[in-house]
Amino acid sequence: MNATSRVALLFSTALMVSGALAADPFPSTYQVPVNPPVLIRGATVLTGTGERLDGADVVIADGRIQSVGKGLAVPANSSVIDAHGKWVTPGIIDIHSHLGVYASPAVKGLDDGNEATSPVTSNVWAEHSVWPQDPGFEAALEGGVTTMEILPGSANLIGGRSVILKNVQAVTYQAMKFPGAAYGLKMACGENPKRVYGGKNQAPSTRMGNVAGYRQAFADAQDYQQQWDKYHRELATYNKKKAEQAEGTAKKSKDKDAAADKELTPPSPPKRDLKLETLAEVMKGNIRVQMHCYRSDEMATMLDVAAEFGFKITAFHHAVEAYKIADRLAENNVCAAMWADWWGFKMEAYDGVQENLAIVDYPEHSCAIVHSDSADGIQRLNQEAAKAMAHGQRAGLTVPPERAIRWLTYNPAKSLGLEDRIGTLEAGKGADVVIWNGNPFSVYALAEQVFIDGALSFDRAHPKTPPRSDFLLGKDVAESPL
Amino acid sequence: MRPFHLVVLAAGILGAQCAAAEGFVIRGATVHTASARGTLKNTDVLVRGGSIVAIGADAAAANATVIDAKGKELTPGLFGGLTNIGLEEIAAESETVDSTFNQKSPAWEQQWRPELDVTLAYNPRSIIVPVERIEGVTWTVLAPNAGDSIIEGQGSAVTLDGRYDAALPGSRSLFVQMGAAGARESGGTRAAEYMLLEQAIHEAHAPGPIGQGALLHAAGRDALNRYLMGGRVVFQVDRASDIREVVAFAERSGIKPVILGGDEAWLVAKELAKANVPVILNPLNDLPLDFDRLASSLENAARLQRAGVRIAFSSGDTAQARLVRQLAGNAVAHGLPWESALAAITSTPADIFGLGATHGRIAVGQAADLVLWSGDPLEVSTLAEKVWIAGRPVEMKSRQTELRDRYVEKVKAHQAR
Repeated sequence: MNATSRVALLFSTALMVSGALAADPFPSTYQVPVNPPVLIRGATVLTGTGERLDGADVVIADGRIQSVGKGLAVPANSSVIDAHGKWVTPGIIDIHSHLGVYASPAVKGLDDGNEATSPVTSNVWAEHSVWPQDPGFEAALEGGVTTMEILPGSANLIGGRSVILKNVQAVTYQAMKFPGAAYGLKMACGENPKRVYGGKNQAPSTRMGNVAGYRQAFADAQDYQQQWDKYHRELATYNKKKAEQAEGTAKKSKDKDAAADKELTPPSPPKRDLKLETLAEVMKGNIRVQMHCYRSDEMATMLDVAAEFGFKITAFHHAVEAYKIADRLAENNVCAAMWADWWGFKMEAYDGVQENLAIVDYPEHSCAIVHSDSADGIQRLNQEAAKAMAHGQRAGLTVPPERAIRWLTYNPAKSLGLEDRIGTLEAGKGADVVIWNGNPFSVYALAEQVFIDGALSFDRAHPKTPPRSDFLLGKDVAESPL
Repeated sequence: MRPFHLVVLAAGILGAQCAAAEGFVIRGATVHTASARGTLKNTDVLVRGGSIVAIGADAAAANATVIDAKGKELTPGLFGGLTNIGLEEIAAESETVDSTFNQKSPAWEQQWRPELDVTLAYNPRSIIVPVERIEGVTWTVLAPNAGDSIIEGQGSAVTLDGRYDAALPGSRSLFVQMGAAGARESGGTRAAEYMLLEQAIHEAHAPGPIGQGALLHAAGRDALNRYLMGGRVVFQVDRASDIREVVAFAERSGIKPVILGGDEAWLVAKELAKANVPVILNPLNDLPLDFDRLASSLENAARLQRAGVRIAFSSGDTAQARLVRQLAGNAVAHGLPWESALAAITSTPADIFGLGATHGRIAVGQAADLVLWSGDPLEVSTLAEKVWIAGRPVEMKSRQTELRDRYVEKVKAHQAR
């Protein structure tokens, strides 16, 4: 393959998102680092587009994939990595992480993942809890993770906004923030909200209470949006009248019209409500709903709630029972983000099967994703996929490596709305690349080198000393007696 | 000790097993013995009466059923770690959990109950048992959960073949929660853990009845006394300095210690090797999850093994006990020799819990707990193809496979991609 398309599309997308970026009060300060070109030579390449290329090369320059194919020419001033016998994949994307908001060490002072004070907290933003020094970030990087969606926890029906981060060393989260990525909204089905608030003898304490809670929140947001629409209409009328008045004054100064001469009063804007503002953006399609939901019946209920209020659920997360409604999810273009085999730790996780990913992946237009929700699991998402592949194969649902890699790359990119920028090795895409010491779908596979936007961010042969996290400083000296 | 299978057959619990009487031979396997014999290629294993009776190039015997392994890999049945299999169904539903004894008072006001043995709560009809068994997990150690006590109670190893009297004789152990978790129940300092434990030992040794403020009942004093005469006590502890203190405490108290957790054990590997104290660890723990384990490392297992410390693996996860192979495989990826990793989920835990003569190895005289794999047993993409416990084949079904079969056909019937 010699993929060179998509560049035009890419730039038009970038322009569009930069327009939205101006409105972000917490803008990204991340900048693509400048590095000489790199040619990765002779690897087994899983492109993330569904292709597997053996003995292929990948050329990275200016932070982007330049080309993928066999026998590529060495660009000027580039370094060449001999990758014969190694496997190359796009950087892994985890769309369900609490790194930074539930950091290590898990002390009270860093317990920032759940604003469990009200069942609807669409006004909170996960990024304001992210601690960039969480040692979990660099552990995830060693597992090949280059992009993460950091979500609030699932105590609330509507937990708040997520943030998309690049897995780069930084002192501020803004320097990790994926430029132009749309926000997500964390919502939660089932046991967690009803347990947290039912335990406080407050609503919701049941699943029907949960659904009432989502619906009222979005009904309030509809009302809020109508107030703003009304205001904008009145403002437009006001501006029009004012313009007419100015015109009238100039043209027809002799034709007295009492009404036209009357002092015009501009309309007053409604007070901003940060909760409802976020929900209104969800209904406009500007914020992507990422919903924690285990049971298939609850997923179906939530698809109806979404239809009632005219928003889209991008992905159901955890989705332990997604296999029961795989066809419906595919038909509705909804992703399911899953573990390979977690089950049984609570009632709504009781029906877990190890074929979940393979079954969800099977229908046409499916979107199966491997996620972690775990500072441990995020380090080994490739192994999670490998387990799901093995169980799928035994059930007659064979998923070859070139397709399974999409569970970790293209599909999560799609669920973040970033599929034109990351998630595949195609010309023009951001150069998030992992070189593995062998087939990544093995317990023995290790990421040897990880590139983020073309920058070598992890190199197993030359581990970063001292570590990235400030928190990890001082350990070596403390571990060494005099 | 009498071999376990003899106990079972004598009790007549299993009923008539015609095939077991004639025995069977697994022919032409790659046999990972988890013993000093290492791996034996193209080898036959003869099973009769629930035990392994011969291993060799031509172990076939008259009337024995032949199972052609076609070179596939055979291991001993796996140790599922320290779990609550059969003690809980759903961790978050407390009515289904029988692993934890909560006193709801501070440790120094409690009456300590070392006589508590969670083995009595084991339910072999648990839905979880087949889920683990079909993945090659044939035994586990039932460990009481850390409630609000320092002494958590006792537990035993159990076989997962579904029998009621599942405890494996000689494996009973006492479990003690130390470190930050124990300190929380002891007034806030881990130093008080030793203070209270020493008090309990004094009471156990005291000749007459104890007055007011006693930690132990008479039954508790009896139970504790059994462990003060070389009994096996599993101490849950992670911090290097705590591990050293526990080893010293055990030595002066006549206890045979086992370290559970041990995320920082590699820092005191030499001392552990010298004292011959084994460590049951989760080799995936690499994050500084709290200030007891700032030195957590993916190389913990490899470093301990190199120093000569006996290691076994446990995630402590009941529903996911089946993932013990993944722990072992990752330890290999981070420097542990493959054979040591297999031993850490078979023979070493059997030795630690006093079962080495009957469990954990493929050797003549051992219980025929065997697993035949589709590939490298430590590889995540490998699946168990056949499992035997005490020589009986495991039906490769569980609630999960039945759910799978119900829904996989539904999706296949629909239009495929």
